[in-house]
Amino acid sequence: MNELDYLKVQHALGRLSRRDFIGRAIALGASAVAVNSLVLGAEALAAETAQKGGTLRLGLGGGSTTDSLNPLSWNDSVMIDVGFGLFNGLVENSAENRPVPELAEKYEPKDGAKTWIFTLRKGVMFHNGKEFDADDAVYSLNLHRGSDTKSGAAGPMKAVADVKKLDKNQIEVTLASGNADFPTVLTDYHLMMVPNGFTDWAKPVGTGAFTVDRFDPGVRIALKKAGPYWKADRGLLDAVEYNVINDTSARMNALISGQVDAINRADPKTVSRIAKSPTLEIVRAAGGWYPVMAMQDDRDPYTNLDLRKAMKYAVDREQMIKTLFSGYGTLGNDNPIPKSDPYFNSQLEQLKYDPDKAKFYFKKAGLADAKIVLQTSDAAFNGAVDMATLLQATAGKAGITVDVKKEPADGYFDNVWLKGAFVASYWGGRPAATQMLDIAYQSKAPWNESHWNSPKFDKLLTDAQGEVDEAKRKSYIWDMQAMLTDESGTLIPCFRDWLDAKNKKVGGHTPHSGFDMDNGRIAEKAFLKA
Amino acid sequence: MIKLIAQRLALGLMTLFAASVLIFAGTEILPGDLASAILQTNATPESLAAMRKELGLDRPPTTRYVEWLSGAAHGNFGVSLANKRDVAEEIAPRLQNTIFLALYAALIAVPLAVALGLLAAVNQGGFYDRLVNVVTLMTVSVPEYFVAYILIKYLAVQLGWFPSLANVTPDTPLLERMNLTFLPMLTLVLVITGHMMRMTRASVLSVMASPYIEMALLKGLPKWRIVVQHAFPNALAPIINVIALDLAYLIVGVVIVEAVFVYPGLGQLMVDAVSKHDVPVVQACGLIFAVIYILLNMTADILAIMSNPRLRHPR
Repeated sequence: MNELDYLKVQHALGRLSRRDFIGRAIALGASAVAVNSLVLGAEALAAETAQKGGTLRLGLGGGSTTDSLNPLSWNDSVMIDVGFGLFNGLVENSAENRPVPELAEKYEPKDGAKTWIFTLRKGVMFHNGKEFDADDAVYSLNLHRGSDTKSGAAGPMKAVADVKKLDKNQIEVTLASGNADFPTVLTDYHLMMVPNGFTDWAKPVGTGAFTVDRFDPGVRIALKKAGPYWKADRGLLDAVEYNVINDTSARMNALISGQVDAINRADPKTVSRIAKSPTLEIVRAAGGWYPVMAMQDDRDPYTNLDLRKAMKYAVDREQMIKTLFSGYGTLGNDNPIPKSDPYFNSQLEQLKYDPDKAKFYFKKAGLADAKIVLQTSDAAFNGAVDMATLLQATAGKAGITVDVKKEPADGYFDNVWLKGAFVASYWGGRPAATQMLDIAYQSKAPWNESHWNSPKFDKLLTDAQGEVDEAKRKSYIWDMQAMLTDESGTLIPCFRDWLDAKNKKVGGHTPHSGFDMDNGRIAEKAFLKA
Repeated sequence: MIKLIAQRLALGLMTLFAASVLIFAGTEILPGDLASAILQTNATPESLAAMRKELGLDRPPTTRYVEWLSGAAHGNFGVSLANKRDVAEEIAPRLQNTIFLALYAALIAVPLAVALGLLAAVNQGGFYDRLVNVVTLMTVSVPEYFVAYILIKYLAVQLGWFPSLANVTPDTPLLERMNLTFLPMLTLVLVITGHMMRMTRASVLSVMASPYIEMALLKGLPKWRIVVQHAFPNALAPIINVIALDLAYLIVGVVIVEAVFVYPGLGQLMVDAVSKHDVPVVQACGLIFAVIYILLNMTADILAIMSNPRLRHPR
């Protein structure tokens, strides 16, 4: 146990006041933001009387027989949740959606956030007994770089120009251009720390709280405690069992009948059954996942700004939340930054369904017989067809005719997405606002589905990425959101909540806006109450 | 007799060959080339060509078909594209689970259905006959997931008698395995008993209309003896056929039941493989299903022949 963790436990137990705790933690070199989250974490822990031991049984959707233990291949809940049990990253995404130290205990930007120095935590052991050091960190990051990497994090890691060891406990990461959000990029669940040269993915070796006990992909994965964990307040369970239950009703039933202790992706339509139960509860977090209807700004008739405006007022956003997520969602404002993001522009006026305004702009556009065809399929996401039909109905009331074209599910993302002029799809949220804006709205981004092309926007984005000053960054990001809300062809009616459910005896399973099951960290954060 | 059986076997082999051609051709014409399915967004023309070469997709389909079939005949189904595991190894425990559930359901459903059917035939037109008819018609008519959810709602959630998750592992002991798979078994029993029971009743009754039964009646034999001893053996052929069809369904058609109860069977594996374009697994599953279907039908044919003295002793 290091000094900081010791203090944390002392504070949780009430032997150290908050003021003393903060003072001593800062003296130890932790940053003010990090200490703040430490305080909250320690206090939340004390409030729930953490217990050691027990087996947590999870019922999770988002697993398949084709899953493997190689972090490069992960893309869905089950393996993400398993991954955070086995491994640690350099940086963690805190409950407040901010980067906080994990295996890197400190990080500092240089040259306009172009170079980053990461100081690594000392004394953390891999499961095989080797101590974690700079060579491991360099190797682990490089797994996701280069033209031939198969990593799901290859995209965000493309910005990395070089990773260099400075000494045994320090590495230097150089970026192609400045990015003040780089620590947030490192919270990605692919970027796990493994021993230098490690390749035997069937028998993973990490620094996490658990090791693999049984791996039966798509059916059941069991982890057991690896021994003493370097985070004193986490990894309290003896074992974690991941039952893959992709059928929503089966998952709900398993929780209600007590065969599992917690589930992800609770069914919004029937989740009220859980809310009513005396032993169960919902874990709900506003999230960054959102459905999209993207008009390509450079293709007729969508080149017409007034038509795009008309469409913005033709979306009944409230009704979308009800139809798509049974009310478990938050309003969208045609820009991809959700309320849960620290850089959410709270002063933008919320777009509302207004048939009169829609009619007005549609008339102004002067395209009375414009052919508006929305291509959709439930392959985009479950409910994408409903979304299109609802837009058709609400736009119809404003005198705008929208044709809904149902496309074949197979190959939807190959043949329709990025190709059609008006297409339904979705995005999972990104931990950093600049990351989301970069991936889908930068004029040269390959996934720029609305062909949004604005030199002013691109410049704001580059400036925001390179800006270390919080206030300035915020103003840049706010401006970009305003531009998208006012003019972009992307209709973002709403954001989906993460909806987990659990037995009340499970503690430490807190809502997180990043992803379901406490942003994947359920294994190390949860405990069973006596 | 032996000649007849040999004929059936030869026919079965030919059907299997035809099925293998269909399976291979079917996976060939799936939209989306295999290499692009693997590479997804990383696909550049060069990497696609390299991947096609690595997978051997650049060679003519007939060559690949012959290689695949001869491999399969030796039990070598290749390697899964998604996780690089040996397909045969991946399928074996799943196939065992599927067969276990099918046998479990069949051992209960077949005797039950035949007994119920015979009783109904004995009591033709009576209260019991009508009751069984209505009840089985109901269980046959509702879709299996509906039956499954109703069973879960009452037996698992409200009463808590049986688990709703049938997540067995290879080392689950037999008794626990039977408990875990009780609800899926019951669902399947409810779904198939109706077919078999009604077929038993109908074919026994049709035999009951023949002259030799009238003779037996006039002789004063009791009704149960006429049904069991005289009518039933002569009604066996259609009953065996419907049983074979239901057994085949139990093995190849229970994907929905597997999904509802989270049972790690072959159907679930195949669905996963199809959605990930994992062609070797899809082909292997398809071939195994074909073998089982053909084998069961052939067995039914042979048993039907054996149950018929005229066919057993051809002049």
